Parts: sequence; C-alpha cells; structure tokens
Amino acid sequence: MAAETAVDTAEEKVNAQIAGLDALEIQVKAKRNLPAALWGRVWPMFLAISIVLAIWEAVVLAEFWPEYVFAGPVTALGELGARLGEAEFWHAVATTMRRAVSGFLLAILVGVAVGAAVSRIKLLRAAFGSLITGLQTMPSIAWFPLAILLFGLTENAITFVVVLGAAPSIANGLITGVDYTPPILLRAGHVLGLRRLSLYRHLILPASLPSFLAGLKQGWAFAWRSLMAGEILVIIANQPSLGEQLHFARELADSARLLATMIVILLIGIVVDVLFGAADNALRRRWGLDQRIG
Amino acid sequence: MTAPTQELGHGRTEGPAPAVRLDAVSKVYGRGATSLLALDQVSLNAAQGEFVCLLGASGCGKSTMLNLVAGLDRPTAGTIETGGKQIAMMFQEPALFPWLTVTGNIELALRKLDRKKRKERAAELLDVVHLGGFAKKRPHELSGGMRQRVALARALAQEADILLMDEPFGALDAMTRDLLHDELERIWRERNLTILFVTHNVREAVRLGDRVVLLSSRPGTVIEDYTVDLERPRRTESPEVAKLAGEITVRLKEEVSRHGR
Ligand SMILES: Nc1ncnc2c1ncn2[C@@H]1O[C@H](COP(=O)(O)OP(=O)(O)O)[C@@H](O)[C@H]1O
Ligand SMILES: [Mg+2]
Repeated sequence: MAAETAVDTAEEKVNAQIAGLDALEIQVKAKRNLPAALWGRVWPMFLAISIVLAIWEAVVLAEFWPEYVFAGPVTALGELGARLGEAEFWHAVATTMRRAVSGFLLAILVGVAVGAAVSRIKLLRAAFGSLITGLQTMPSIAWFPLAILLFGLTENAITFVVVLGAAPSIANGLITGVDYTPPILLRAGHVLGLRRLSLYRHLILPASLPSFLAGLKQGWAFAWRSLMAGEILVIIANQPSLGEQLHFARELADSARLLATMIVILLIGIVVDVLFGAADNALRRRWGLDQRIG
Repeated sequence: MTAPTQELGHGRTEGPAPAVRLDAVSKVYGRGATSLLALDQVSLNAAQGEFVCLLGASGCGKSTMLNLVAGLDRPTAGTIETGGKQIAMMFQEPALFPWLTVTGNIELALRKLDRKKRKERAAELLDVVHLGGFAKKRPHELSGGMRQRVALARALAQEADILLMDEPFGALDAMTRDLLHDELERIWRERNLTILFVTHNVREAVRLGDRVVLLSSRPGTVIEDYTVDLERPRRTESPEVAKLAGEITVRLKEEVSRHGR
C-alpha cells in the first residue's frame, strides 16, 4: 500500500514536470485585434487609390489629349456609377464571369489530369515536362488566329484559348507539389505503410496543396488575360461582354465608358486575387508556415 | 529478462530467437569511383524484448542501418531478417504531417480500425505520452519535445514489435530528454518491445540500453558489443552510468582518432 502511494506520487511528479515544461515551451499566441488589422490593410489601399486618381487627374489637366479622348477620373467614375443601373452592363459582367468560371474549371480538369499523368509517369515527364513550362511562356493572343480558324468566331474559340492559357500553370503547380513532397515525410509515410493510392491520398496530395494553390492562382491570372484578349477579338452578336464593351467604346470613341469598363475589369481581377490570397493565408496558418522572422 | 529458452536449429545464437537479425550486411552508396562503402559486413542480433543502443561517430552508417532494417532501402549484400514482424520507426525530426492535427497524425497509423475505435485508441496513446490536452492542436503549435512525443505515440499506434529510433531525442534539451528516457523505458517494459536506438550520446546509450553496440566509421562495422549490467531504472548522472560511459568514450575516441592519422 505504502509502495503504491510512492509510485503514485512519483508518477504525479513526472506528470507535473512534463506539464510544466510543456507550458513553458508552448508558444503564446498574440490575440489579433480584427478591426485594427483590417484598418491596417485598408488604409494603404486607400492611399494608393488616391495617388493613382491624383496622377490620372494631373495627366488630364496637363491636356496632352483632349477630354473626349482621355476622360478624367470624375467623368469615368460618374459613367461607371450610371452604368451600374443598366441591365446591359450586368448582362456583360454575367457573360464574362460565366466564361471565366467555366473556362477556368475546364482548365483545372485538364491541368490536374495532365499534371497527375506527367508527375506519375517517367516517360511522359521526359517528353512533356519542359513543353508544359514552354507553353506557359506562350502569349495567349498568339493562339487566337488558330482558335478562330478551328472554331470560328464562337465562344468555343475563347474557351480553347482560356484553357490553353491556364492549364499549364495548374499542371505545373501540381507537378512541383508532388516533386517537392518533403523526403522525410515520404520516409515516415513508408514506415506507416502508405503505398500507391493511400500514399497519394494521405501524403502526396495534401503535401502538394500549397504549390497546387499557387498554380491555381497563376492559372487564373492567365485565364483572365486570355479571356479579355478573346472577348475583344471574338465578338458574338447580341452577347454583351466586358471585352466587347471595350471594343465598342473604342469604336465609338467613348473614353469615359472605356475607362469605366477597364476599372471593372481591374476590380474583378483584384477581388479574385484577394480570394486566392485569403485561401493561401488560411492554408499557411493551418500548416504553421506563416511564422515570420523578427 | 526471462530465462533464456533454448533455441533449436540455430547453432550460432544462444538464448531466445532474435527479433532482428543482420547477417553480413553491406551497403554501398553510388557507383564507380565515387561510391562509398557505408556498411561493411555488419552482423548483429537483437533478441525479442531487447533494448539495443547503436553508438558511433556521425557518418558511421547508423541511419543507414536503421533504414535497411525498416525497408526504406535495400542492402547491397547480406540479409536482414525480421520474421515479418511489424516495424515502426522514429526519426531525428518528428516528421509529422503538418496538415493534420495531433490526433489526425496518430489516427493515420490506426487506419485499419473503425472510426470509433480509432478515436479511442488515439486518445489513449496521447495520454501515454502526456499530451491528452493537445489533441486538436497542429504540430507547429507544439514545442520540439512535444512533437517528438507525438511521433512516439504515432510509432506506438502501429502496434509494432520492433521500434527503430534514429537519434530521436538528439535535438531536445537535457531535462526533456531525461523525462522522455523514463517514459520510453516504461513503455518498452510494458509492451515488451524490441528497440534499436541510434545515438551518438554515450551516456544516453548506457542509460537506456541492455546492450551498447559500438560502430566504427568508414566503413561502418561493429567493433564492440557491451552488455550493460546495471540495475534499472538508471539515472543518466549516476556514477555507475558515468563509469561505463567513460570506458566506452575512451574506446570511441581511439576509433575516431584512427581517422586523423
Ligand atoms: N543516400 C546517400 N547517398 C550517398 N551517401 C550516403 C547516403 N546516405 C548516407 N550516405 C553516406 O553514408 C555514410 C553513413 O551515413 P549515415 O548512415 O547517415 O551515418 P550516421 O547516421 O551514422 O551519421 C555517410 O558518409 C554518408 O555521407
Ligand atoms: Mg544519422
């Protein structure tokens, strides 16, 4: 009985020591103050926008071009405000976004299929590895003559180029992720009995997620650019789109309308980029990759 | 340990059947002029339930040896027998999966159980390594010592008969390491594990091992096999441990200085 108590207290002592060490070693996280953090990110943006608007206004005031060729910010933003009330404008945004999303999704399918095959099969990698990287450097506009020849002035021509623009980045992101799965984790996985399918499911795919996400982000940027080029070149009757609006604004020499549309295109690009950034941040925080030095 | 049971058929070994048996194992890295003989005809047995420490200067092929036993690499010559026993391994780094929580990491080793059993078992194992309160944390939120304990729990989850440990506590401070030695010794006893424990810390080897096997460098071979006849539990700072550690250190220094000439 006495011996048992002795063992018990010895055990308790070890427990207390371990708990003490753990408490000392574990990092104390600083609580983030959300409004302050938000404000800290928002005010530099406002500053940047104000500077851009000021430069824009200054260029207009310098009268390098007449007002009807290069409208000032007040006119352009006024035009933008007016257009927010037009059905045609929303129709154009909807068409463009539908094309962007469907093209991007198709590019993901193609990119993942190609990336998976190339990262898995040695021969394919030798054959296509550098070709995929080469495709990334190909300006998407260079594909359009061929696309129009193959598909005519149709939406398929646009989709074709959007997919060709985005898929190589997505495939490359996946391939890089698979290649750079940390060897120590591969060894741990092997010891844990992960093989073939379970190896991919439990180790290689999750490990390649950050790189895959980076590939998606870059792929989106390429898709968006290709789409705008396509919409300016391939104009389909009775289907207003943002690119088409740019085209007609130029034809009608409507500078305010042209600049207003450009602002919308820029804003959509920024919003999507912020979404990807948020996803990337969330991932980094979960994985503990967000610890900065200093 | 229990009384040695007489072995039939094997003329070379006495006592119980070895759980791990290396027979003239060699390992060459690379080919041609740049090839490196990492292990040269190493023969070594570890009995069931034995705690064997492998000791040697760095670069002498300790990790190579464990990798071969774990099946992470193939020997160039010789044979390794583990009798189809389940093998678990701990590395110098915790090697936890950063996208999984602490429990998630352990449950990965329990894939074969159903969901409910898996959860229960993972919780039990976390208690064994005194991390019951940290189940939902992610590896990066823990300290080095805690991560290494999660790695230990994950290795234990495999229900292995043989546990390979490659300098598992090398990066930890002395106090944490002492506590983990106590924990490891307790777990080893309770589960009758066979442990191959690699270290370059002589006192750690004497503190833990039934045997301390000394390896030479370039190429790695077994040069000495000490049996540690000290009462358990031992203390790293006890005079008996220090005395044997001193002897082994002298031998190790001889071996290392051989390379300077
Ligand atoms: N994959 C490898 N390729 C080539 N040489 C290696 C490889 N792994 C280990 N070595 C070499 O083999 C020798 C033994 O290495 P290792 O087993 O890691 O030693 P230890 O774990 O005892 O420090 C070292 O000289 C090391 O440089
Ligand atoms: Mg090593």
